[in-house]
Amino acid sequence: MIEIRNGGVASTIQDTGRSGHYHIGMPPSGAMDPYAHTVANALVGNKKEAATVEMTYQGITAVFNEDTVVAVTGADVSPTVDGDPVGMWEAVAVEAGDELDMGFATSGARAYLAVAGGIDVPEIMGSQSTYTLVGIGGHEGRTLESGDELPVGTPSDGLADLKDRALPHEMVPEYADEETVRIILGLTDYRLTDESREALCTEEWTVTPEADRVGYRLDGPDIEFVEREQPFGAGPDPSNVVDLGYPVGSIQVPQKPIVLMQDAVTGGGYATVGTVISPDRGVLAQRQTHDSVYFESVDVEEALDARDTAATYLEEATDAIRD
Amino acid sequence: MSVDQITPVELPEPRYEYGGDDHVFVELAEEMSFTANFKAMAITQQVAERDIDGIVENCPSNASYMLRIDPDVIHPDDVIAELKSIETDVSVEDYSWESRIIDVPVLFEDPWTHETVMNFRERHQDPDATDLEYSAELNGYNDVDSFIDAFVGAPHMVTMVGFVPGLPWCFQMVPREQQLEVPKYVEPRTQTPSRAVGFGGAFSVIYPVEGAGGYQLYGRTPVEVLDVDQALPNFEESMVLPNPGDIIRYRRINRDEYDEIRAAIEDGTYEFEMADVTFSPEEFFEAPADYNTRLVEGLE
Repeated sequence: MIEIRNGGVASTIQDTGRSGHYHIGMPPSGAMDPYAHTVANALVGNKKEAATVEMTYQGITAVFNEDTVVAVTGADVSPTVDGDPVGMWEAVAVEAGDELDMGFATSGARAYLAVAGGIDVPEIMGSQSTYTLVGIGGHEGRTLESGDELPVGTPSDGLADLKDRALPHEMVPEYADEETVRIILGLTDYRLTDESREALCTEEWTVTPEADRVGYRLDGPDIEFVEREQPFGAGPDPSNVVDLGYPVGSIQVPQKPIVLMQDAVTGGGYATVGTVISPDRGVLAQRQTHDSVYFESVDVEEALDARDTAATYLEEATDAIRD
Repeated sequence: MSVDQITPVELPEPRYEYGGDDHVFVELAEEMSFTANFKAMAITQQVAERDIDGIVENCPSNASYMLRIDPDVIHPDDVIAELKSIETDVSVEDYSWESRIIDVPVLFEDPWTHETVMNFRERHQDPDATDLEYSAELNGYNDVDSFIDAFVGAPHMVTMVGFVPGLPWCFQMVPREQQLEVPKYVEPRTQTPSRAVGFGGAFSVIYPVEGAGGYQLYGRTPVEVLDVDQALPNFEESMVLPNPGDIIRYRRINRDEYDEIRAAIEDGTYEFEMADVTFSPEEFFEAPADYNTRLVEGLE
């Protein structure tokens, strides 16, 4: 069991997400940065589906009531155990009564805490992920607060085998904000003028303070729409379309772009003009407020190659941890 | 009795689009019509029946549909090829589905949505009117009462569920000339009461939970469309009541009935009035008013 002493800014329990319910409006939820989530689990010997604590901008403070092994990955939140600094991206042994304390993120936006055995909250519709809007999953369907007690599952390996495992240094991401985020243009991008379609993929976008698990609202140049007589049922604004399903990662443009993330609304009536490819959604999820974002347009084969490359890299990372 | 028919619409060629590497989005029409919606439902039901490996989500929407796929299992282009073959096989006219007609009582001009409406006047096209007054005038009705009569005068089909869990988009089951249409708020509200009944574009909606929203607000229903604890009798199988293809009959109620139903919901004893129906697009298109009358009779 873990006792939360400080819940941080917006910490929730997440796993790989909830699928199969999109048609009733249920978004997938799940870890915003699958690489950091999966590596955290691998470090403590968990399956990648195990639930971790996802922390946004600020880490939590927690006390353990038994000896265990933990790992903190993702955004650098300077973890300490009983005041002594411990490494990120490595398995750390803690003893019963130890206090794990983390601070504000110095690079990246989301950190993950994995515990050997995983956070053992009940599954709702096939997932332990928290979806706060309707209050399901995770711990009571909400962000963590001081005083919460989180149950922990049974570790798969002996704790002695886990400690000192680490991700090779060269595989630790740097979360630099010059890296581009790749997108496939489309869905209803016919609503954009050629200039705006071009601007989307060349201009600098800035992450606004409205950037959370639902969506990343970006600021940048004005978006222009092709003039038309609005079709029946769409509504009169040039950005309106007849309400449609929104893919996770899709970019809607009420005016400025909003990239939909894991807790996204599943549909609506704004023009969606492209979709961030799956391996780059985690890259975007590590951008902080005021960081810049550049989009690069790719085709579907390039996107599938990027997906394979990311999967292979993740496999290499987890193999390196086990060896 | 109306003799109006609904003429099926000629749809353009569908547009197949990639939503990143892991979604396929298909726009059947830019404009809303029953033909486009029924086709979206027919195709997604066929996709479900074929049980294609690698389809993770299967999501019909108003005039389009979307699939989430696992590209490690199936290439998006193979999905699109399969969808094209389904598209040529599907005929909306000789297609029908098992559906439900559901009674949704509504207290129009209720105090809660009225307060919200007044709080957000500065975000509205017509700050001096209520949403109902604005909508009535825009649609050529002399007063709010006759606009509400039109709103409840024919059932609404659930053409899409989403935005948040359990929110139904509903398209009124009348010929195009009789359909109501209103803009969404100029700027979305930051607050909408749960169970508010709204209208935007050509769609009525029921907001399952309190939150943001941009539709014109007309009233509030005492019944729930989302029950995350699945404690109410009609929610044993799913935390969400409406499904795409269901039919909603809005019914005007007074405050006393609202309070009675609310009390029954809070006791956990309320059971929806609803009936199973087999919906036939062909029969509906042929004589919508008669068909609707027969549907609604199932509730009484």
